[in-house]
Amino acid sequence: MQQTWVILGATSAMARAFARALAEEGHALILAGRDLDELRALAADCTLRGAGEARAMRFDAREPKHDAPILDALEQAEGTLNAAVFVGAMPEQARIDDDPSLLQGVMQDNFTGPARFLQSLAPMIEARGGGTIVGTGSVAGDRGRVGNYAYGASKAAFHTYLAGLRNRLGRAGGHVITVKPGFVDSAMTWGIEGMFLVAPPAKVARDIQRAIGKRRNVIYTPGFWRLIMLIIRAIPESIFKKLSI
Amino acid sequence: MIWKHLTYSGWGRALRASGDMARPERIDALRALPPAPAIGNRRSYGDTCLNSDGPIIDMTRLDRLLSFDDATGLLEAEAGVTLGEITRLLVPRGWLLPVLPGTGFATLGGAIAMDVHGKNHHNAGSFGQHVSAIRLMQNGKARQITAKSAPNLMRATIGGLGQTGVIVSAKVQMIPIAGETMRVRESRVGGWDEHVALLDASDATYTVGWLDATARGDALGRGIVEEGEIGPDPARAPRAPHTVPLTAPHWALSKPIVRVFNELYYRRVPAAGRTVTKRLEDYFFPLDKIHDWNRLYGKRGFHQFQCVVPPDQGPTLHAMLTRIADSGLGSPLAVLKRLGPGRGGMMSFPMEGYTLAVDFPNRARARGLVQSLENDVLSAGGRLYLAKDALAAPEAIRKMYPELGDWAVAAAKADPDGHLETDMSRRLGLRRA
Repeated sequence: MQQTWVILGATSAMARAFARALAEEGHALILAGRDLDELRALAADCTLRGAGEARAMRFDAREPKHDAPILDALEQAEGTLNAAVFVGAMPEQARIDDDPSLLQGVMQDNFTGPARFLQSLAPMIEARGGGTIVGTGSVAGDRGRVGNYAYGASKAAFHTYLAGLRNRLGRAGGHVITVKPGFVDSAMTWGIEGMFLVAPPAKVARDIQRAIGKRRNVIYTPGFWRLIMLIIRAIPESIFKKLSI
Repeated sequence: MIWKHLTYSGWGRALRASGDMARPERIDALRALPPAPAIGNRRSYGDTCLNSDGPIIDMTRLDRLLSFDDATGLLEAEAGVTLGEITRLLVPRGWLLPVLPGTGFATLGGAIAMDVHGKNHHNAGSFGQHVSAIRLMQNGKARQITAKSAPNLMRATIGGLGQTGVIVSAKVQMIPIAGETMRVRESRVGGWDEHVALLDASDATYTVGWLDATARGDALGRGIVEEGEIGPDPARAPRAPHTVPLTAPHWALSKPIVRVFNELYYRRVPAAGRTVTKRLEDYFFPLDKIHDWNRLYGKRGFHQFQCVVPPDQGPTLHAMLTRIADSGLGSPLAVLKRLGPGRGGMMSFPMEGYTLAVDFPNRARARGLVQSLENDVLSAGGRLYLAKDALAAPEAIRKMYPELGDWAVAAAKADPDGHLETDMSRRLGLRRA
């Protein structure tokens, strides 16, 4: 059956890799984000890689007015509707500590913006009786750490939202996958000290594709992060609060 | 962050640089960077992809295919896409890049900046000759140049070592193909004269000779000549690539091991020759199946010596090969090939004649040998390949590249403050010629 995927935050390295993987399977793509020039270049690339159709549309987590045209386009698409969310921003915690007003933007970019869009998409998936949502969270959302707790909190909120949405859409044949990447080799992590075991975006894309095929609920990518986070989550708060990992 | 401080090297790993590297993922991010030399996958061997203590721009994330016309075969793509990826995506649609070097990991931008050649150079010319337009960024402003709109800048950019601006994207004329495999005739040649005679006589589209650089005496110059034609024959499915997991000890490619390897490689083909069918990627990029094979040369790295000499200088090449064989320093799989006259730019390597490429481990004795070979090339009226070089002297290069002066003027006009200089351009004084 015809599959249409909307990709929010499509210009990120992870999203580009995932969009290309979908393109090679022949799916129709709506590539959404803020930078239309970049999105058009990616749309051309995906078309040449085999996408049934690829179009660039504006999406801004902080500007709800751009949601409607994307939702309209999805409404008109035939077949199954799917969405993948790669929207996100990770300002340094120190900057947020200096300027607390940045916190609102972090929440909009990582949580409320994508959630707002998915909230409108959910009834469409229910109406068609199927469809997959891939939501990108983060290992940073599994525990609040001194170096990254604002970003972590926004991702934790998104995880909880996705869990609830999974619970809801599962009743109507839909599915939601929470993806928790570790360190991914992208512009977001480039040059930051202390990065280790950095995964190429194409590896993350492959892991997500596999998770879609198997209808997994929550995946860590690369997979060994599940173990790392299991250990980190197991540390008692009385000890964890003194650590700076 | 924009910059990452790291130590990096070219494919030969003998020369290194430390500095700040940017890796933009968007055109806007590239535009916002200060002018700096651009690099791709660092498949050039020496120091043309290095900028010690200065900034450098990794283009590999600007790798999108921008347009392709199924009717004409004209492809436009960003500089960071690899030639292997273009091959993978467009061969099933019946189109092939007109020129392919020995590795698919080379990027489009790198192929232009080095004006690379392939096994069909004798009839297809060099890569740059098939590039109809280049989008060049100078001081944060991009513009498209063609042979018509800016003939001089075009010829200074093709083979121009990135010194005229950052290549952002380019248009390449692909060629239609009749199938997805290469039918290869492999012939044993027992010695130098036989080897050269077969290369001269070959009228195949793709012709290359693998040469045993350890064979001496009558066997000097022995090897296998491969003649390929693209066709629709079936070939076996691709195998998964292997990775050299760690840097090998220095003796991994020592004399006895190389000798045995070359012997086996030679004997692999029956005395009467044979015809095999290979997937195009396996034919064009034979070593890409072994990721990071450069680690086999150990932590000191290696040098690749590649020269071309005019057609009447066969005896010079024979004498050079004798010294290489006598030294016992040669590596597995040296390459001998007949080149045609085709070249795309002022600093392009190819010229009509024979090209020889041999790897040497990075040792004092090997460096001495390479330097003496370079003198032979110079007196024979030949030329060294800057994509491989790490050891040449500035005066020699000046004599080998007659258009160097014109090119330096064009580069100075495009980059008056020398922001695009690399370790190679400084070592060889290219911009001051």
